[in-house]
Amino acid sequence: MNDAAPAAMRSPPGPPQVPALAVRHLSVAYHEQPVLWDVSWESPSSGLAAIVGPNGAGKSTLLKAVLGLVPRLSGEVRVFGRPIAEARRRVGYLPQRASVDWDFPATALQVAAMGRYPRVGWFRPLPRAERERARAALAEVGMADFADRQIGQLSGGQQQRVFLARALALEADLYLMDEPFAGVDAATERAIVEVLQRLAAEGRMVIAVHHDLATAPQYFGHVLLLNVRAIAAGPMATTFTPENLARTYGGRLSLLEQAVAAARAGGARVAGPAGP
Amino acid sequence: MTEFLQLDLAPLLAATLACLVCGLIGNLLLLTRQSLLGDAISHAVLPGIVVGFWISGTRAAPPLVAGAMAAAIVAALLIALVRRLTRLEPGAVMGLVFSGMFALGIVLIEVTGAHAVDLDVDCVLYGQLEALIWPAAQGAGSLLDPAALAEFPAEVKTLAVVLALTVALLALLWKELRLAAFDPDFARSIGFAPRPLSLLVLVLVSVACVAAFWAVGSILVIAALVAPAAIARALTDSYARQFALSAAAAAVMGAGGYWVAALAPEALGLGHGLNAAGMMAVVAGVMLAGAVVFGPFGPVRPGGQRRRRAAAAPVPRLPAAAG
Repeated sequence: MNDAAPAAMRSPPGPPQVPALAVRHLSVAYHEQPVLWDVSWESPSSGLAAIVGPNGAGKSTLLKAVLGLVPRLSGEVRVFGRPIAEARRRVGYLPQRASVDWDFPATALQVAAMGRYPRVGWFRPLPRAERERARAALAEVGMADFADRQIGQLSGGQQQRVFLARALALEADLYLMDEPFAGVDAATERAIVEVLQRLAAEGRMVIAVHHDLATAPQYFGHVLLLNVRAIAAGPMATTFTPENLARTYGGRLSLLEQAVAAARAGGARVAGPAGP
Repeated sequence: MTEFLQLDLAPLLAATLACLVCGLIGNLLLLTRQSLLGDAISHAVLPGIVVGFWISGTRAAPPLVAGAMAAAIVAALLIALVRRLTRLEPGAVMGLVFSGMFALGIVLIEVTGAHAVDLDVDCVLYGQLEALIWPAAQGAGSLLDPAALAEFPAEVKTLAVVLALTVALLALLWKELRLAAFDPDFARSIGFAPRPLSLLVLVLVSVACVAAFWAVGSILVIAALVAPAAIARALTDSYARQFALSAAAAAVMGAGGYWVAALAPEALGLGHGLNAAGMMAVVAGVMLAGAVVFGPFGPVRPGGQRRRRAAAAPVPRLPAAAG
């Protein structure tokens, strides 16, 4: 938990490839209704992984249960082989954009600076150097010019970029992102993809709840198909198959979506990103 | 001058300090969209205040604050218990518990005989500012006279201490409170547990309710909690200015309300004084109306800018085919 540890452990040079996230037999229930049931999954140690599944499949709950934001019924969570309490400094959470009140009187810079709080600690005001780090994080997502703008005056895509900047400011090794592409414009989507790819190239792990079956194979190399239970998990090319998707979505996946997904999955397997 | 010092200075200060305490803490409620929690707590703490007063026999703050805290905790436990037993919706349970405890407080006032001393239903409704007098004052020199100052009503000194502690806590936890108010889930994910902070907010609200009890009573305290923050929110989008403006509004509300209540009737030739607590709420209401209408986001905007409400509805998702 000391300050030097995360930097030293980032992009481990040797083979000991600990999964960035491992959950074993994880179950979560709301009001005695199971939301996640006996989910076991090991993520890669670095790269981009999507959590895909229908509404109510427990995708967001999985992230929250990993972070300890919702109580676990049973099961075990390991982050880089450690309990979450010992690994918090290596984890960065990007909540759903709709989960906060954007009318709150704060500037983009003040929100991004929250990503520096773990380095500042309790009771201390934010030092100037940390504020500049937050400003740099805003610049990384193309929001430098909006640093002093009140967050309610930003568009949905800009708000999402501010959230991403706050996550980047954490300098985490494992990112858990809840629908980073929800409700953003095309330019923001491209910008976010670029940031995610850079994080992966730096040896970090990004796990994102993702809704868009069409883009999932383009953006992510790894996938967990989830519908209360873990249906399938593995490399996108071999896991994101029409059969697995049908099992995940049951009758809810329309024929059209199946066809699109199958085409994309096929394209991804053969030739990588296949744009229209 | 002597009459002002004897009769008006202490209540004027008490009203101003109480409104400042409430107004500052009210920001934490308003910004987390739980202003009505202040209303609920102000009702629920009444039996605690009465019991604290009854046991200690004084209006000194510590027993009253202790009683109010105990009542707030009992209320929270009762809410959890009733919800578990009945499966009623949370709003209904809170309504039942808080009004029930308020009623219990009223009954306790009658049963314990507190009303015979100092604490009666009028006090719950209006506060009791007029009880704060400084008979030792003899001219302006008394303001510098230690012997006379020692006789100054203790309630006012207590309020000054409470205000100083409130300001110190807000300063110490400035960034933590903002984080917990804006995004509690993210706060927890980075190890800044928001639960102790929201508990602290509850404690502060209870303290504010006791602080304001003698000044404005149990009912109008909600005006002192909500109005200054609401006025500030209508004037600024900056977190720091929100607190500064709410403090200014609270001071005007307390001092101005008392001043209007005490002095306007004379000027108007009315035979009787007006109720100070009610007048504070009126002053706050007038300020709020002015801030909403003439503030930067109102219909009459000096800057010509209108606040965008971008976050209310999610931006429609682009069709996948556009990618």
